[in-house]
Amino acid sequence: MTAAIHTSVTPAAPGVVRSRSHLANVLHRLVRNPLAMVSAGIILLLILMAVFAPWIMPHDPFATSMLKRLKPIGTPGLPLGGDELGRDLLSRLILGARLSLFMGIAPVILAFILGGTLGIIAGYAGGWLNTVIMRCIDVLYAFPSVLLAIALSGALGAGITNALVSLTIVFVPQIARIAESVTTAVRRSDYVDAARASGASALLIVRKQVLGNVIGPIFVYATSLISVSMILASGLSFLGLGVKPPEPEWGLMLNTLRTAIYSQPWVAALPGLLIFITSVSFNMLADGLRSAMEVKQ
Amino acid sequence: MLGYLLRRLLYALPIMLGVAFLCFMLVHIAPGDPLVSILPADASAELQRQMMRVYGFDRPLPEQFLRWVWRALHGDLGTSIATSRPVTGEVLKAVGNTLMIAVLASLIGFSLGSLFGFVAGYFRNSWADRLASLVSVIGVSLPNYWLGMVLVIVFSAQLMWLPATGAGPGGSGDWRWDWAHFQYLILPAVTMSFIPMGIVARTVRALVADTLAQEFVIGLRARGLSEGGVLRHVVKNCAPTALAVVGLQLGYLLGGSILIETVFAWPGTGFLLNQAIFQRDLPLLQGSILILALFFVLLNLLVDVLQTVLDPRIERG
Repeated sequence: MTAAIHTSVTPAAPGVVRSRSHLANVLHRLVRNPLAMVSAGIILLLILMAVFAPWIMPHDPFATSMLKRLKPIGTPGLPLGGDELGRDLLSRLILGARLSLFMGIAPVILAFILGGTLGIIAGYAGGWLNTVIMRCIDVLYAFPSVLLAIALSGALGAGITNALVSLTIVFVPQIARIAESVTTAVRRSDYVDAARASGASALLIVRKQVLGNVIGPIFVYATSLISVSMILASGLSFLGLGVKPPEPEWGLMLNTLRTAIYSQPWVAALPGLLIFITSVSFNMLADGLRSAMEVKQ
Repeated sequence: MLGYLLRRLLYALPIMLGVAFLCFMLVHIAPGDPLVSILPADASAELQRQMMRVYGFDRPLPEQFLRWVWRALHGDLGTSIATSRPVTGEVLKAVGNTLMIAVLASLIGFSLGSLFGFVAGYFRNSWADRLASLVSVIGVSLPNYWLGMVLVIVFSAQLMWLPATGAGPGGSGDWRWDWAHFQYLILPAVTMSFIPMGIVARTVRALVADTLAQEFVIGLRARGLSEGGVLRHVVKNCAPTALAVVGLQLGYLLGGSILIETVFAWPGTGFLLNQAIFQRDLPLLQGSILILALFFVLLNLLVDVLQTVLDPRIERG
């Protein structure tokens, strides 16, 4: 991936003397991208649904009932049907947004912090420190991501914390590689040389010159990972390696409803539809963000 | 170029050793006693010590690691705790089954992805481009375990055209290349093909658009070359990279087949991993992950080398 280094871009509007910050420019271009805005709207709705879940759930998502088992969509009192234990599927999908979004987004944030730090240190320090950090990263990178997630979760055992740890380890090398290559490019640039020549300390250069130019590309790359992370996190729960029952989580719900594909197929498929909608929205938002930031002058 | 190839090979060796170390450590990061799944809960301390000695768990870690690597180099990855059969044989048999769906999925993904990507890149910013871009975003955003379930619902449960699970009417032991068996392959392979399709489409679109914008294309057109002739040049320019992408995808598919194989009860490496995890069969888990990861490293190496050989423009220092 080529690393775009952003200096502040001022659009040449004829007759108008106007200067906007880089961030404002990016946001300006982003809001004019309809696909990205629709995706952002869907994500916002999902987050609101997760936050206000207890107030909008029509029923108790944990109350089981033998009479309501595997009811079809549109049953009176069960708008989206009943699951394999007779729990209200709509309420479980709403509450499930909490764990599903958390398990998808948290590993990327953790990996952004950890991988970003490692990559910036490796890129800025260069030399043997770079070699040590990057060769370790290479070993993790040598695993296909699904396999690494399964290997770690499989060894550590099921559970939310273990799944978070495994997924974070999966994304750290990917983010660290980007951070390292961008930082190396910035370190070799003239303005960093100038800062060093004027006597700025390494810490000051990293804070003033490097971070501002490096965070943007790393952030864009990290957002593009959320979609993958959502699919992987729900996948771990689907396999029984993530969230444990009876907590509602979309991947786990998809797994427990798998036995119902012959009796109530469309009820069984609903949790997966939500995973798909979330993942597609994050993907399109990330695409929009990337094209809004990568403006070739 | 020979120098580059040699260096690339030398570089792969420490990576492979690191991969082996990580796989070795899997048993040791696992909570609890590695012997917990074979020993009865009320096993005496004496029996426990004896078993630790038999499996070599009583030795220092570096020694255990070296012994493990030494045996692995001789093709011995230990015995499965659940079945008491050699891990190597179990895994290799499963790799064959997974390769069947992964190769078929790569072929489908590559053909459709190249087609969509080419049309999108050629008619840039047209409705066809938008449609193809949408298809590629959907391809990479679909949770494939869900897609597999939906395909089973539509083609097995509702239409009853194709079998839902398994690898042949008589189980996995009697695979033959006839329709009775091949129909079991279709749904898993189609499900698996969506991700490579999306990724290939995205790559080919960018490649074709970039190539068409280059000066030599304008030159070809100026010399009066027919559009078909121009396209042939474009294809030639894009092919090595597109092939490299699909080659790497094959490795990802092989390593990531666990979800799809769980949905379709396909007796490949993913299914084996699933068993290993839930029966706490750590030698089997360790062995299958080692073989899959090494396969991925070697595939990367092969793709890199082939690309250097095929594409004379690539100069690697």
